[in-house]
Amino acid sequence: MEILIALAIGVLFTVGVYLVLSKSLLRILLGTTLLTHGVHLLLLTMAGLKTGASPLLGEKADSYVDPLPQALILTSIVISFGVSAFFIVLAYRAYRSAGMDDVEGSKGERP
Amino acid sequence: MLHITVLVPFLLALMIALLRGRMARLHRGWLVLAGPLALFIYFLTRIPVIKGGDSGYETVSWIPSLGINLVFHLDGLSLLFTLLITGMGMLVIFYSIYYLDKRKEELTPFYVYLLIFMGAMLGVVLSDNLMVLYGFWELTSVSSFLLIAYWHRRQKSRYGALKSMLITVFGGLAMFAGFLMLYGMTGTFSIREIWSQAGDISGQPLFIPSMILILLGAFTKSAQFPFHIWLPDAMEAPTPVSAYLHSATMVKAGLYLVARFSPVFAGQHEWFWIVSGVGLITLIYGSIQAMKQTDLKALLAYSTISQLGLIMGLLGMGSAASFYTGEEAVFFTAATTAALFHLINHAIFKGSLFMVVGIVDHETNTRDLRKLGGLVSLMPVTFTVALIGSFSMAGLPPFAGFLSKEMFFTAVLNIRQLDILSPQSFFTIFPVLAWIASIFTFAYSMIMVFHTFFGKYQPEKLDKKPHEAPFGLLLPPILLALLAVITGLFPNILSKTLIVPGMNAIHPQLAASSPFYVNIYFWHGFTAEVWMTLGVILLGIVVYRVYGRLSLVDKEWRSGYTLNQVYDGSIRLVERVSRSVTGLYMTGSMRHYLMYIFTLIIVVVGGSLLYADGITFGQGQYAPVTFFEVVAVLVMLTGALAIPFAKSRIAAILLTGMVGYMVTLLFILFRAPDLALTQMIVEVVSVTLFLLCFRHLPRLKREKVKFRVKIPKLIIAVGFGATMTLVALAALGSSPFESISSYYVENSYTLGGGKNIVNVLLVDFRGFDTMFEITVLGLASLAIYSMIKLQLEPGSKPDLVRDVPDDNKPRYARSNDVLLQSVAKVAFVIIITFSVYLFFAGHNHPGGGFIGALMAAAGLVLLSIAFGTEFVEKVLPVDYRKLIAAGISIAFLTGIGSFVFDVPFLTQTFGYFELPVMGKTELTTATLFDLGVYLSVIGVTMNIIFTIGRDN
Repeated sequence: MEILIALAIGVLFTVGVYLVLSKSLLRILLGTTLLTHGVHLLLLTMAGLKTGASPLLGEKADSYVDPLPQALILTSIVISFGVSAFFIVLAYRAYRSAGMDDVEGSKGERP
Repeated sequence: MLHITVLVPFLLALMIALLRGRMARLHRGWLVLAGPLALFIYFLTRIPVIKGGDSGYETVSWIPSLGINLVFHLDGLSLLFTLLITGMGMLVIFYSIYYLDKRKEELTPFYVYLLIFMGAMLGVVLSDNLMVLYGFWELTSVSSFLLIAYWHRRQKSRYGALKSMLITVFGGLAMFAGFLMLYGMTGTFSIREIWSQAGDISGQPLFIPSMILILLGAFTKSAQFPFHIWLPDAMEAPTPVSAYLHSATMVKAGLYLVARFSPVFAGQHEWFWIVSGVGLITLIYGSIQAMKQTDLKALLAYSTISQLGLIMGLLGMGSAASFYTGEEAVFFTAATTAALFHLINHAIFKGSLFMVVGIVDHETNTRDLRKLGGLVSLMPVTFTVALIGSFSMAGLPPFAGFLSKEMFFTAVLNIRQLDILSPQSFFTIFPVLAWIASIFTFAYSMIMVFHTFFGKYQPEKLDKKPHEAPFGLLLPPILLALLAVITGLFPNILSKTLIVPGMNAIHPQLAASSPFYVNIYFWHGFTAEVWMTLGVILLGIVVYRVYGRLSLVDKEWRSGYTLNQVYDGSIRLVERVSRSVTGLYMTGSMRHYLMYIFTLIIVVVGGSLLYADGITFGQGQYAPVTFFEVVAVLVMLTGALAIPFAKSRIAAILLTGMVGYMVTLLFILFRAPDLALTQMIVEVVSVTLFLLCFRHLPRLKREKVKFRVKIPKLIIAVGFGATMTLVALAALGSSPFESISSYYVENSYTLGGGKNIVNVLLVDFRGFDTMFEITVLGLASLAIYSMIKLQLEPGSKPDLVRDVPDDNKPRYARSNDVLLQSVAKVAFVIIITFSVYLFFAGHNHPGGGFIGALMAAAGLVLLSIAFGTEFVEKVLPVDYRKLIAAGISIAFLTGIGSFVFDVPFLTQTFGYFELPVMGKTELTTATLFDLGVYLSVIGVTMNIIFTIGRDN
């Protein structure tokens, strides 16, 4: 299972990076979202999958899955929600002000 | 005390700079003058002490761990230079008061730079520590740069400043490398300690390289061939600067360095050949070039180059003394005596000549020899000074220059006795070269004085009518001319006070065995030197007459510029190459920069994973693969792969949402209920947000990307994906560390009072993280709010857009679907109840502040979609920005509350209480903290959604 997920992570990152390298702001945004998913699965997989019960002591199980990556991922999910909300609005404002959503169109002065 | 002397000019500079506009009627020069005057007098009083012996070392610690301390030391050589620096500085500042008009010129920067230079130069000649010396050395280059570019609006000034800077700093860096090599060999930065080890290190392989590098520093600074090209261009500086830096002091720093390192390197064949050879070449080259100049200052510049070469050559010849001992050694030190004596003389006569040229320039507005002539009747005093100065330079009696030239001839004749380096007949070339150079020196000295003051007066070529200069401009050159006469008539004033102590510093071993005795006198009888001088005068007059007869003075010479062409060409080449290299990668395209970053990650991370030792991929045991999981993964990947091909925005957004939901599913399958809940609600809110923002945008354009561009994109993307797969597999492999996770499993309940370990981690063990996280979220939402509200139009000032009046407020996308409205009412109540449940249950069961808050926000979003934002705002009049603040404050105050119980920040505690309705209930401070999280996350989410919704 871990190997399958590791491969899936690779695919998520591949598509994510490919999208981030596009011109369109929307594609870049979606790319970052995919990268975030990839990171989350990566964190989860690092600790090994399904090594025990859910990390709830009420389950009274012999072993639990590693709770630490889950805490990190939870933090990350919320932070990336904030970041992507910011990006979305940035793209939206850029479009309203500049009339386009093309990163290359708004590039700075060439040195 | 020595530290104070170095500090004085810097303090004065600071004072002048702080004065700014105050006391504007007072010429800044008068304020500055006191500094060098006091220093000059102080150093004069040190003469008897230095004559008697050593003055000792004064140390102030700076970086003792690296052996770098401010160690200052005054010996004969330093003393001579400090007197030059302060004495000439005093005269030049006095002169500049009359030369620079306080109404027309920016005087504050001028004197600040000049004082910085003076302090730095004193630092150079007083430092015993190589690193300190280097620092001051570069500071003289910098202040010289600033002074040359003083009239920075002139293109030529800037060109000259840059040129001098590049060349001297290049030399300075070479010297720095040389110093480091010396340090490597001796383990000390102290010149004194390096002296004592000179014998031991001379055999080491780095000894000769360090010598050559240090000489590079000296030669560039002292404008030796072929590095001399910066000095003529430095003449763009105001004349007082030329007189001070570029003839009397800074350019002599190279001579100082050579003299200072003589005890280390003298006795090496290379040292003798390079120093004396370069010196003599510069001497003859400079004197020939000086003949070709039509600008008086350029003539003086080449003359300075030539004379610096002379002194350099003498120092080289003086090093021959180290090949011998006893009487024979003393025989060769005549060259060192001549070097020191001429160093003083040159400062005196060249200083006066520069000031004379300044006066001529000041009075006629030109320095062009072709326009000048016949000024003798108009400016008799200036003429007299010029005559004394140039006769001294030409080496005519009874001026001091005559004596030093005689001594120079003695030295070059003596060198023929040097029998250990090469056949003695070879050394005949030394006196021959010296003699020819002296003829040219004589000739250009005559050209300078007689072409300016005699010949035909051509008033039509001058802008203004010249007359004698004011007394203030004349006084310093008159004093210098007097000095030239006095030192000529009574040279032994200098010999015991300055020259012998100086020689003691240059030849410490010899001085220890037999004290130097220097007696300079005019008449030795009819020696070879006298005949050589007579020949110089006769042939010099012939050259001068022929030169005048053929009108060669007026000729524009085209030759001699090849070295400048090399310099200009290499500067252009460097600029062009660096511009094109930079242009190759700094394309201005953000995608390219991202590609560099990704490539670097692939190479560094992927490379080290593959090639580093101790990394294993994968583990022995894997979790079993189930059908559901495979389906979830496949659906997720299909969705992800389809995104780049999506034709419309909506499709792309929905596909991304699909990936998100599949991730949620995987979270469930992998026993992470909290994550699944959170991810699910976040997906709802994000997709809403995406759709809100992008529904107004035009159709997604198909990216027309050329195949050529697509391929590298694809390669980088695949490479990155592969790298991350490797990372995942490597993380599964053997770990050198033991996991800390079991600590949390064991202590979650006993220390945190919660059974949901993830939640306890968030609010207790890693509460600090969470607090900053909600702060970041709050900032993001405020940034969004201001991005929408501050309508920054290009060119206009930021201005808060006033709220639109109520009646035509744009409406939030509002549904008329009755079905949706009725379902939403019920659903909202259920969702909010569930949210509250999640919040309270969070500590022991899946849930918590984040999840509860997002759930509540989702409910509010649903309500807004069904009834419109107006309705929601009317029913729930909450200022969400204040809610964020309240939430963060609660979380922070909970943390601070720990201090009351004298425990660290954010320590949580818990207990069990009997409550009326709920029975035995566990209450923890963590719940309070979680409440802060809850409130702020609701605030953030709703603030974002409503801000955008209202803007539409």
